[in-house]
Amino acid sequence: MATGAFAEAGADLELVGVHKRFPGFTAIEDLSLTIPAGSFFALLGPSGCGKTTTLRLVAGLEEATAGRILIGGKDVTDTKPFQRPVNTVFQSYALFPHMSIIENVAFGLRRRKIADATAKAHEALSLVELDHLATRRPSQLSGGQQQRVALARAIVNRPALLLLDEPLGALDLKLRRQMQLELKSIQEEVGLTFLHVTHDQEEAMTMADTVAVMNKGQIEQLGAPEVLYELPRTAFVANFLGQSNLFTGPVADTTADSISVNIAGSKIVVPKARAKRHSGQVTVGVRPEKLSLHVTAPEEAAGTNILGPGRVIDVSFSGVSSQYIVAVPGLGSIIVFAQNMGAGPIAPEGAETWVSWRVEHGFGLEDEASAAPRFTADDDTATIAEQKKHALMTELEEA
Amino acid sequence: MAFSAFATGTAREQVPRRKSRVALLLLMPGILYLVLFFLVPLVSLVITSLQAPSTFGDVGSYQTAFDWNNYVVSITQYGDQIVRSFFYAVLATVFALLFSYPLAYFIGVTARRWPLLQNLMLVLVIAPFFISFLLRTLAWKSLLSDESGFVTGLKALSLLAPDAHVTGTPVAVVFGLTYNFIPFMTLPLYAALERLDTQYLEAGSDLYARPSTVFRKVTIPLSMPGIVSGVLLTFIPAAGDYVNASREFLGGTGTAMMGNVIESNFLILLNYPAAASLSIILMVVILAIVTVYVRRSGTEDLL
Repeated sequence: MATGAFAEAGADLELVGVHKRFPGFTAIEDLSLTIPAGSFFALLGPSGCGKTTTLRLVAGLEEATAGRILIGGKDVTDTKPFQRPVNTVFQSYALFPHMSIIENVAFGLRRRKIADATAKAHEALSLVELDHLATRRPSQLSGGQQQRVALARAIVNRPALLLLDEPLGALDLKLRRQMQLELKSIQEEVGLTFLHVTHDQEEAMTMADTVAVMNKGQIEQLGAPEVLYELPRTAFVANFLGQSNLFTGPVADTTADSISVNIAGSKIVVPKARAKRHSGQVTVGVRPEKLSLHVTAPEEAAGTNILGPGRVIDVSFSGVSSQYIVAVPGLGSIIVFAQNMGAGPIAPEGAETWVSWRVEHGFGLEDEASAAPRFTADDDTATIAEQKKHALMTELEEA
Repeated sequence: MAFSAFATGTAREQVPRRKSRVALLLLMPGILYLVLFFLVPLVSLVITSLQAPSTFGDVGSYQTAFDWNNYVVSITQYGDQIVRSFFYAVLATVFALLFSYPLAYFIGVTARRWPLLQNLMLVLVIAPFFISFLLRTLAWKSLLSDESGFVTGLKALSLLAPDAHVTGTPVAVVFGLTYNFIPFMTLPLYAALERLDTQYLEAGSDLYARPSTVFRKVTIPLSMPGIVSGVLLTFIPAAGDYVNASREFLGGTGTAMMGNVIESNFLILLNYPAAASLSIILMVVILAIVTVYVRRSGTEDLL
């Protein structure tokens, strides 16, 4: 790393066939990834999926077992962390407890012998609105303030690549929202490349230009947040990024631009362009907010899929919308989000209902049908609570 | 005073809001103990140090006086031994620190992944305490004697002159002091380094600091409380030590330290005022050095 000068702009990050094995387990399996300069890239995944290891490999804090890491076209695989044009905002901030805030922020500048280190550090602290606390110690600051200091300590160095390791994890919801917006505006302002690691799908979607969903050491899907949400490729992505209703069945019929899948006796049509597989057992899905709930059987119409009848087994109200869980015999439960346009629920608990959605809202997954349940452990807590409730209710009914 | 360096920062904030009789009652045994076994002997020592010989008395018979001259005589007569004491103690402290820091770092940081090795090494550091310190020093005396394999070997290799000795030299005394106080240096260093969060080291290297800079700017300052306590625990007893430098152990005629002079004045020459004044000088100089040292190392700012 050259001393005395800043990186002019963000740099591309390229990972080529990276493997990382620890004694006893493999954290990353053949990971290849390119992050273009100036982008805000989020690595999203559950804990233990290898995302933090990826970040540490890029920072140089771990050595890759195999593969190359390139920053701005230069191979940095064999360089030490202090030689890389990279800075990290650590999950627990890692502010030096024996130094004042300003010394912490100026640390990197002094190591690189950059002129006016203190003045530049003050500037960076002003950017995060903490310049008035420059002489304090880290222990005298609140969690949110420490987080901003950690950010200032990293961006003051103008690294070609800024790594963020779940930096907002310890903050409360309101501060988190505020910091998300601040981070985003700082990134746009300074034009650096940000690589953000998080397990919070909402955070990843609001902040990043590109999201890579990671699972078990590999990237499941990569793309713009809207694309990932609208057209998930695997069951894992469909369930980790928001909620999905997934159904598996054999392809019954194929037309020029759509396939129809036989789901428990009903025909579900999915456009070919939105389905990864066009034959055999196929898993199709639809997002809960795309579904309409009907209390009377809707008329069959082209361009609409209908499932039902089923029974509403749970209604939970959450202000702007309500979540309905409809149990359809032979299919399991379907989650429906509906806006609370009128007073009271569209269908009360126990009511007989049908659900429908427009054909172009469905998607077909790439997964082998049998592979679908392997991700049950990663279910969000709401679903787990729901399943527990079901189990309890069936038990009570049987008794 | 000097030992407030060991107090944590939070202690200052937790000042009791009201005076409690219970607290005073609980403190009484401690206060009584200190008065009986520290304050009374200290006052007695000060009084003794100012005594003058009885007018028609025997050797070793003194009467209460206010004889400042005792101090002047002690300093002029034993100046060499006073300087030598602190010189040897500083050397032993520096060597013990240089030896113990890597050892403590290895046990406390590097060996974290292998708790068994960590515990085994800690036991090895403490193990010498199971044998009397006098016995161990005597053992070194025979290990370093003229007939020992070590010395004959050195002579055979012409690394040592044929008529040279190891025991009785300053080298043997400083070696003995260093050896005997290494556990007192290693344990506080280990306690400090064991708590060292390696994330700070990673943050340092992430912020362009080379490993040597990380060590200087992060590791050393964060382990400062351990360094301060280790240095105090080594320097204070080493300065007053009279075993290693004594002729019965590793020392010789030219290596006597203050402890040896105090011992011979008390027990052989029966010159109690000289011995007492030397003891007071030793105490005052140590207190002065320690105060300056603790102030300079600035540990009160540490968490």
